[in-house]
Order: sequence, then C-alpha cells, then structure tokens
Amino acid sequence: MSKNCGEGSIDLSFRATEAQASAGIADFSRQLLSRGVPPEWVDSVKIAVAEAINNVVEHAYAGPKPGMVNLRCRMMQTALEIQIVDKGVAMPGLHPPDGIPPNIVKERQLLPEGGFGWFMIHQLTSGVIYNREDGINRLCLTFDFADPP
Amino acid sequence: MSLSSTTTDDTQVISVQCDRIDAAMAIQFKEDMRTETGTGARRVVLDLSAVEFIDSSGLGAIVASMKQLGDGRRLDLAGLHPVVEKVFRLTRMDTVFRLFASLDDALAAGSN
Repeated sequence: MSKNCGEGSIDLSFRATEAQASAGIADFSRQLLSRGVPPEWVDSVKIAVAEAINNVVEHAYAGPKPGMVNLRCRMMQTALEIQIVDKGVAMPGLHPPDGIPPNIVKERQLLPEGGFGWFMIHQLTSGVIYNREDGINRLCLTFDFADPP
Repeated sequence: MSLSSTTTDDTQVISVQCDRIDAAMAIQFKEDMRTETGTGARRVVLDLSAVEFIDSSGLGAIVASMKQLGDGRRLDLAGLHPVVEKVFRLTRMDTVFRLFASLDDALAAGSN
C-alpha cells in the first residue's frame, strides 16, 4: 500500500506559553498519527512546526501577556500545508530568517547551543511563506513528501 | 524534569524519565544534569529511550550539559528515537556526540 496522508484538516489553538505550546505540539502530532499520516512524515512536520511555534512564543509574544496561536493543517495525498497564525509583533524585516546554521567547531566550549530553529524549518519544508496583514502574522509551511526537499 | 542515575566503575548512566526535552523543559534539564553529573564520573551515558521528542532548545540543553562536564569527561547518548536522531543529524550534532541505538550498545562499546 502506498503511503499517503489521506485528506482532511486539523485546527487547534492554544495560548503562546512554553507549557501550552509543548502540549499543543504533542496533541497536533497525535492527531496526525491518528489520521494515518506515516510516522516518519509526522517526525519531520513535528520538528519544523515546534520550531515555528517556539519562535512565536519567544519573539512574536515576547511580552508578559502571551496571546493565542492557531495551528491549522490541511492534508492532501502526499503533502501537508500548515498555517500558523498569531497576533504578536511582526517578524523583523517582514521576512522569515534564512536560517544559516551555526558552525560545528572542534572546541567543545565553543559549540553552539542554539540558532538551529530556522535552519531545520527550511531543511524540512518545501515552502515557507510569511505574510502580515492587519496585525496578524501568518506563516505557511508546506511539506511535499512526493518530492521532499 | 526527572532524571535517574546509576554509576558503575567510571561510567554513570543517567536516564531521562520524561517524554520530551523541549523549550518548556530545557532549562530544568540543564540544571538537573548539572546536579546529577556532580559526581565526577569520567563517562556519562544519557539514556534517551523514554524521550519521544526534542526541539532545538532541548538539543541546546544537551550540548550545554556536555560543556558543563568539562574537558576529560565525555557524554554519550543512547536509545534515540528516530525523531530525536533526526534532530541530531539535521544539525550535524551527530558528529559531536557518539550515538548508540540502545543503552546496552553504549555500555558494550565502553569509553573508547
């Protein structure tokens, strides 16, 4: 049997705190699996979506009163389209970061402890589109499993 | 975050009793690792078999845990789920750590 995502959609919202984001991402991943999306595809989606949502928590809603994040997923035969919506501050330059990975150096004490988030998002997706309209950030991530990046 | 630890000879095995190491857990993980590794064992094997997900914050916390061991002590990783291994591979951190499929494999391989 060939692998496919089936069809349908997932729609969930949660407050942009670290704890609620963590639970929301776990819930989202369970829903993908329960709808028959192959586990190795879910792994890639989960890694990228978690990084994108962490960015909303850490940057878009950096203030003391985090707002809501909405996560929607549209499933097609061999592709997933994910939309992450928040009402926090805009991305700098109205553009998602390029995600140049930090160097893995030999000296242990100089090894990077961060800066991998956008790099992994770009590695795992076949499309990243950001727009901001009426104070709303909308990030669309596309995963094409028939033609993976 | 919950860690459990056993030490045999010069190897300390620390098992993570938590299903994810992510942004919500990373700081606590790093602090708990500092406490657990205070014993000074030369080799620490981190058993990740219960961990079903890590993000870049969790990865950063594992890297930080290795740094805080200091020179002359090593941190090896065992029992990585495919998604956890994928994060190490994507970021090329698989070239920094020795990754073992299981704790038994890690113990059989020894320090070298």
